[in-house]
Amino acid sequence: MAEPALELRDLNKAYGALTVTDHVSLALPDGEFHAIIGPNGAGKTTLIHQISGLVPSDSGSVRLAGHDVTDLSLPERVHRGLVRSFQITSILPGFSALENVALAVQARQGSSFRFFGRAREETRLNDPAMQALEEVGLGKRAGVRAGLLSHGEKRQLEIAIALAAQPRVLLLDEPLAGTGPEESAVLIALMQRLRGRMTILLIEHDMEAVFALAERVSVLVYGRIIASGPPAAVRDDPEVRTAYLGEEGG
Amino acid sequence: MSMTLLYVQTLNGLQLGVLLFLIAAGLTLVFGVMDFINLAHGVQYMIGAYLAAMFTALTGNFFYGLALALPSALAFGLLLEFLIFRHLYDRDHLDQVLATFGIILFLNQAVKVIWGAAPLSVPIPEALSGSIRLMDGLLYPVYRLAIIGSGLAIAVLLGILVSRTRIGMLVRAGASNAPMVSALGVDIGKLFMVVFGFGAMLAGFAGAMVAPILSVEPGMGDNLLILTFVVIVIGGIGSVRGAFIAAILVGLVDTLGRVFGPQVLRALMDPSAASQAGRALAPMLTYILMAAILFFRPGGLFPAKK
Amino acid sequence: MTMPPENGPGFLKREAVPVLLFALLALVPFVAALGAESYLLSLVTRVMIFAIAALSLDLILGYGALVSFGHAAFLGLGGYAVGILSAHGQTDALVQLPVALAVSALFALITGALSLRTKGVYFIMITLAFGQMAFFLAVSLAAYGGDDGMTLPGRSKLFGMDLIKNDRAFYYAVLLALLGAYGLCRSIVVSRFGRVIRGARENPQRMAAIGFPLFRYQLVGYVIAGTLCGLAGFLLANQAEFVSPAYMTWQRSGELIVMVVLGGLGTLHGAIIGAAAFLLLEEWLSGFTEHWKMIFGPFLVLVVLFARGGLMGAIRRIGGGGGHG
Ligand SMILES: Nc1ncnc2c1ncn2[C@@H]1O[C@H](COP(=O)(O)OP(=O)(O)OP(=O)(O)O)[C@@H](O)[C@H]1O
Ligand SMILES: [Mg+2]
Repeated sequence: MAEPALELRDLNKAYGALTVTDHVSLALPDGEFHAIIGPNGAGKTTLIHQISGLVPSDSGSVRLAGHDVTDLSLPERVHRGLVRSFQITSILPGFSALENVALAVQARQGSSFRFFGRAREETRLNDPAMQALEEVGLGKRAGVRAGLLSHGEKRQLEIAIALAAQPRVLLLDEPLAGTGPEESAVLIALMQRLRGRMTILLIEHDMEAVFALAERVSVLVYGRIIASGPPAAVRDDPEVRTAYLGEEGG
Repeated sequence: MSMTLLYVQTLNGLQLGVLLFLIAAGLTLVFGVMDFINLAHGVQYMIGAYLAAMFTALTGNFFYGLALALPSALAFGLLLEFLIFRHLYDRDHLDQVLATFGIILFLNQAVKVIWGAAPLSVPIPEALSGSIRLMDGLLYPVYRLAIIGSGLAIAVLLGILVSRTRIGMLVRAGASNAPMVSALGVDIGKLFMVVFGFGAMLAGFAGAMVAPILSVEPGMGDNLLILTFVVIVIGGIGSVRGAFIAAILVGLVDTLGRVFGPQVLRALMDPSAASQAGRALAPMLTYILMAAILFFRPGGLFPAKK
Repeated sequence: MTMPPENGPGFLKREAVPVLLFALLALVPFVAALGAESYLLSLVTRVMIFAIAALSLDLILGYGALVSFGHAAFLGLGGYAVGILSAHGQTDALVQLPVALAVSALFALITGALSLRTKGVYFIMITLAFGQMAFFLAVSLAAYGGDDGMTLPGRSKLFGMDLIKNDRAFYYAVLLALLGAYGLCRSIVVSRFGRVIRGARENPQRMAAIGFPLFRYQLVGYVIAGTLCGLAGFLLANQAEFVSPAYMTWQRSGELIVMVVLGGLGTLHGAIIGAAAFLLLEEWLSGFTEHWKMIFGPFLVLVVLFARGGLMGAIRRIGGGGGHG
């Protein structure tokens, strides 16, 4: 059997007395679209931080296509194809949208110790960047300073940056957070298109989106995964209904 | 003979250590609680020395001078806080560096204008003059012992203040997580002012205490300020305990290194090369110590922030 | 802060400031020939040398947001390379300059590797401490004048010849060095490398999540800046024909920061303007009173409190430009 694209083995994390990640194990086969849902403060973002390497885990391991990446830094994991987006938009506000994405292309090409030549005019960087922008529907806004984009556009840019890094495993932390209905539709359609092209771990509060997109859903409550399975099964799980969906008046 | 020298120099190192601590204690809290880089803290030390010199000359008594210098140093620190510093707390570090650098330029010069460029000297108070025999062949000036003693006493008081009182608790909490403290409904502006004024007074006290044994001159705080930075970096920003341990460590290393460094080297290489190398290396020792500690612990010995 | 588009029409308009600046500098010797020649030449030579130092600092401070408070150490290292080699009879720039640059680069590599492991106020204090370490090292070099410094036998030779002995020849040599340094920095900031440095200023976490291990880029930037400043030190020693620990006091490091900020952070030509503004202001104010620092200090505080973006920023704002981040 092939190694899972992404595997978490018994991850733990505590902030002082507060256990935020509690023995989390999870395996995503290659190409799976997996969603994690859970109430506010369940530890979803922290889990993404641990997987991506932004925050060290107390114990446990993260494996990428069978290789242990637990000791690798955030940038090193990106080079192995493990790429993330941020719940709170994280972009370079003073750079144009295109430059934001071109930087991701540049990081992937791995030749940034060049001191001559105008990076901004390199088609080798700009063409793939433009492609990623168009994919998320931002093609027309390429020249605009990222800080001046609307909130929804920034969310799109966030994903374009991640895509330009050519992920094999993509971690999306609430890409729909704070977007209006139209912008959500664009982003959901985009994720629909990405399905199968790469392994995706999506964190999202929007249930409709989750159940439409994900092949499997895991429910995280107080740092523990209390259920994991196909959307329909998870939806009907009594424990999930009381612990989580019940709160939403499901 | 050599043992006596060792004891004397150890006491000298201790004395430098407590001075550094008095300056560093306030500064590390200002860094930790306010994330504010204050280059002008060294001038508070200088101002303390000048005020002590002035009031001692006026009253003819060092203790009156000291008693007047302390509240004046406090008032001066609060004035600076009110006029300038409080407008800098929410600025970036570069702005803080520039503005406090400007204050140093001004005050170092202003002191020259007011009191002249020539060093002032303050007589050692009668009651604390002379030397005391600590053991056979070991005489040590009483006044220097008084500095060490009062410094250690203040360290203990400060330790109690920070660990046992409500304001101390707020200060500690502020050093590790400032937003949380303001979320608790504490007037953070007032807390800053208290910390700041207190730090200024401690530095002023250090300056006043050394006035009788060092020459009181413009810019006297500058070099000590940088040594204080080394102390804070080694101790960990925001940690009073770290500042104390680091201050003593730096005081001892700096003092003993200068005296015994060349001697140790002489045992290893030929004498003239040794004294050359020793003289060059000794003043660098504290910085090498800092580099080594940072290499293993980038957050210092007792980092307040996690 | 946006970079203007690099090409297209209006090149002269956009590049007006640097073009004008260098044209002015090239003309100074002709003006100087009319009177007070040696005073004027040596003043502006000094301005240009400090402009190189400020330029190098702008590279990491303005573009990389690294508040290095020990930059004057490199002035001293470059200067002492000249002084110590001369004292041993090695007076040719062909030897002195590479040594000056190599020593500066090495010092930047070691201290940078340690300092860049930290951030914020730590970084400021540690660079300051390392700068002070270099200062005390110079003070303790009794064989080379210790506290008092040392007088050089004369300017460096080139291929064994006295090519820069003449003040005017030296002036143009320094101008050439400034032009070269400026060109190099201009190239760097728009290059792939420069884009990484600028990105780290805006959002280091994003840069890491894109896949850039920032430490090594910032370290290389730090080494480049230190080396360039070493060049300024080499030139300064030649201009003064004297080196002393005073080259690397921490006040000098502070002044370099002031120059960069006065001219406007992250503009490069601003560093040149800032260096000129600072040194000319110093010259002018100290003509009135020996206590010029009592005027300059408060001026600095006022600039910080009321004129964000430096003098150039203020001028732009008054001129209705605005748009400064
Ligand atoms: N750096 C930190 N220090 C201390 N506690 C933290 C830290 N980061 C997160 N926490 C706590 O950990 C818990 C989980 O936070 P996390 O952001 O991972 O939740 P989440 O599931 O992403 O929530 P949301 O749905 O609101 O995004 C919260 O209680 C939070 O307060
Ligand atoms: Mg979250």
